[in-house]
Amino acid sequence: MALKVKVNNVVATVDAPPDTPLLWVLRDILNLKGTKFGCGMGICGACTVIVGDHAVRSCMTHVGSVTDEPITTIEGLSPDGQHALQVAWETHEVPQCGYCQAGQIMSAVALLERTPHPTDAEIDAAMSGNLCRCGTYTHIRQAIHEAADAGVAARPK
Amino acid sequence: MRLNRRSFLQLTALAGGGLALDLYRSPLAAAQEPGTPPDLTPQAFIHIAPDGMVTIMARASESGQGMRNMLPMLIAEELDVDWKSVRVQQAELNEKIYGHQFSGGSANTPQGWEPMRRVGAAGRQLLIAAAAQTWGVPEAECTTQSGRVLHAASGRSLSYGELAAKAAALQPPALSSVKLKDPKNYRIIGHSQAGVDTHAIVTGKPLFGIDVQLPGMLYAAIEKAPVFAGKVKSANIDQIKALPGVRHVLVIDGGITPAAYTPWEPGMEPGIAIVADTWWQAQQARKQLKVDWDLGPAATQSTEGFKKRAEELLKASPGTTVRKYGDVDAALKSSAKVVEATYQYPFIAHVTLEPQGATAHWKDGKLEMWSTSTLPADGRGLVAKTLGIQESDITTHMVRSGGSFGRRLQNDYLVEAAWIAKRVDAPVKLLWSREDDIAHDPFRPGGTFGLRAGLDAQGRMTAWRQHFATFGDEKHSTSGGGIGSASYPAGFPPAYALYTSAQPLMLRTGALRAPGDNAYCWVAQSFLDEVAYAAGRDPLEFQLELLSNKQAPWSASEHDAVGDHEPTGQAVLIPERYQGVLKLVAEKSDWAHRSKTPGRGMGIAAWFCHLGYYATVADVSVDAQNKVTVHRVLAAGDIGSQVINPGAAENLAFGAIIEGMSHMGQEITLVDGKIQQSNFHNHPLMRMRQAPKIEVYWRKTDYAPTGLGEPALPPILPAVSNAIFAATGKRIQTLPLQQSGFSWA
Repeated sequence: MALKVKVNNVVATVDAPPDTPLLWVLRDILNLKGTKFGCGMGICGACTVIVGDHAVRSCMTHVGSVTDEPITTIEGLSPDGQHALQVAWETHEVPQCGYCQAGQIMSAVALLERTPHPTDAEIDAAMSGNLCRCGTYTHIRQAIHEAADAGVAARPK
Repeated sequence: MRLNRRSFLQLTALAGGGLALDLYRSPLAAAQEPGTPPDLTPQAFIHIAPDGMVTIMARASESGQGMRNMLPMLIAEELDVDWKSVRVQQAELNEKIYGHQFSGGSANTPQGWEPMRRVGAAGRQLLIAAAAQTWGVPEAECTTQSGRVLHAASGRSLSYGELAAKAAALQPPALSSVKLKDPKNYRIIGHSQAGVDTHAIVTGKPLFGIDVQLPGMLYAAIEKAPVFAGKVKSANIDQIKALPGVRHVLVIDGGITPAAYTPWEPGMEPGIAIVADTWWQAQQARKQLKVDWDLGPAATQSTEGFKKRAEELLKASPGTTVRKYGDVDAALKSSAKVVEATYQYPFIAHVTLEPQGATAHWKDGKLEMWSTSTLPADGRGLVAKTLGIQESDITTHMVRSGGSFGRRLQNDYLVEAAWIAKRVDAPVKLLWSREDDIAHDPFRPGGTFGLRAGLDAQGRMTAWRQHFATFGDEKHSTSGGGIGSASYPAGFPPAYALYTSAQPLMLRTGALRAPGDNAYCWVAQSFLDEVAYAAGRDPLEFQLELLSNKQAPWSASEHDAVGDHEPTGQAVLIPERYQGVLKLVAEKSDWAHRSKTPGRGMGIAAWFCHLGYYATVADVSVDAQNKVTVHRVLAAGDIGSQVINPGAAENLAFGAIIEGMSHMGQEITLVDGKIQQSNFHNHPLMRMRQAPKIEVYWRKTDYAPTGLGEPALPPILPAVSNAIFAATGKRIQTLPLQQSGFSWA
């Protein structure tokens, strides 16, 4: 079934049943590999993308339910990796294995767009749905504070 | 005991933590043994373009420990180039020119430290020789700086780019002959360098095993029995073949034996592979499968049965004496006080965030594989054996993985991908679901320890007796369930005995970050704390005193089991280094003046494994519902004279602490052979709100640099347990925490 989705400002037509998880449409139909599969139950956060203004778990989101709203993935966050959060992630050398980090960054994007200067407690509340198996939480927290101080760049919408 | 890399799985089986010692022998000595790769050459590792851009090959696999940085940094330092002019490229599997391509046992630092620097220095020597020939001057008059050869006397200089073609044609010097830099002149080693993949990670570039994409690629998923090694009797295969997108349905008869000891060629686990146009279609088709399984003997296993048998084993006389000196029973009998306890810990799973998977393409009698293995040569060997093809017909691309923690030492999923690919006329990407990943993990095996320690009237330790009920057959411990004769505190109590007894197991087990040590440290350092309290003494002071005892000598056979001393003597615990990290963390945490308010407490613990020394202090509070919050953790590490990439090292040490905390809340349990856990909701990881503030300190010593991914982990478990005791007076003797009436806040 042909569905229209708007991903990173590009409208694409995908042939998939509407109950296909957005994650697999992004990864295996649109070839956007930045969004990761971790659990398939919405409990690890590796698949986090932004739909409208909200961070959602794309592994639990049917593609048919997001045809009306713009979707942003890690690839669409900035043209050149210069979003304040991406810069801060590099400055603080956050990643170890790196597998969860796209999801972490997308959750942080939604947080800072809503709460531009979060406290540690607000960061913990917003980020605790994203697991990091390597345990980079300290660096993630530092990077979010730094990006908040730098002022968050608008994401291309 | 002489162990080679191929026997890595078995060596953890036989020996447990700290016994993977052949990994840590002098690389130059190892190179003199027959069958080792030829001399490494700078030409294999270093490629310099005419514009001066330097490409350095990263020989080891990368799963987050920073190997793509660390080893090339050693080469770049001695090559004398600026790191910003270096591009790192992942090598393919080719041990003939790169030497061992292995990431495990925190071994890449001790194994790479000398040869990688020498490769860089030999490259520099070739560039100097090329310049000297060009100018007709003696090599001794030439120096280098930031990618240029200089001739001070004539004021001439040439860039490495200008010299590269000439240098590449020269005969490289013997690695043992080249001169290495004085460490005080290091400009790369000891200075934090950005991760070579960090930009690609934060911009979502395809980088990981799961991201491999080939034209015409199909996707595979495998349904396996709910019980280990259960076989397919029958299934509705024709029905599945007709489902949308499904191209192939393949029955894997498998060959793995449900036994406690997994040999190097274990055979595949049986199951049904579904190959479809997309992975989601394969997964959807899986839900329609109706399989009649022959569950086999493993269906009789249960966690309750394991516990019952362990209790029986501990009451009976021990099966094996691993180490014994002094008359431990007489010493206990004559002690003023005897402390006795049983400690037990569960099976746990690796749960790398990227589930297992691999891509393979069979074409014209050749196999191409995209592998995340940390032991890729073994993977290739296993694939060749399983498919009945030559290793020389296999190309292995080494792809970054989303975490290993020991999981990717085992190549089971790579073999599955290759087996499917050989039956399908297209490239195939196999991906396990999280549920597959947990149910078919080579688990960290559980264990039970019966412990007794004696104290004299002055509160000094007189004896330590431990009996470890593990899993195995008559000859072998299950992988990750063996214990070595050096396991701490062996050597320090005046009388000591370490016994093991094993019960059968029909599950695959394996190394999990700091294998053996991640459990034995918790047992030994918790019990030591218990004994110190029983003696009415401060646990830090008690342990420092124990370490100041003259070490009991090794018998000849015991010495063989421990292996040769390194040139620097690291392979055997050096008390001064162990005491040093304890003293450092005590100072940084102000241990002597810690607060002792009810509900809040600090715990201390230390360990030596994988050549590294770590001591850790945890500051913990426990609320009225027994919910545990870890507020602050301080750790001190001694990994020798250099911390090669300090920012990454600190990150890794932080992560080890978070991971150790995760271990304390995890368990894998079995009922009728079926694993009861399936995803992160019932095999949890620590979340950000639970992460403590962490400080890591380094104690630099004169020993050669060693790895840190593993030794940084073990002490956090007993540090937290001991802190819970300090806060509540309740001793955690059973993990996970919830089995002792506690849980994470």
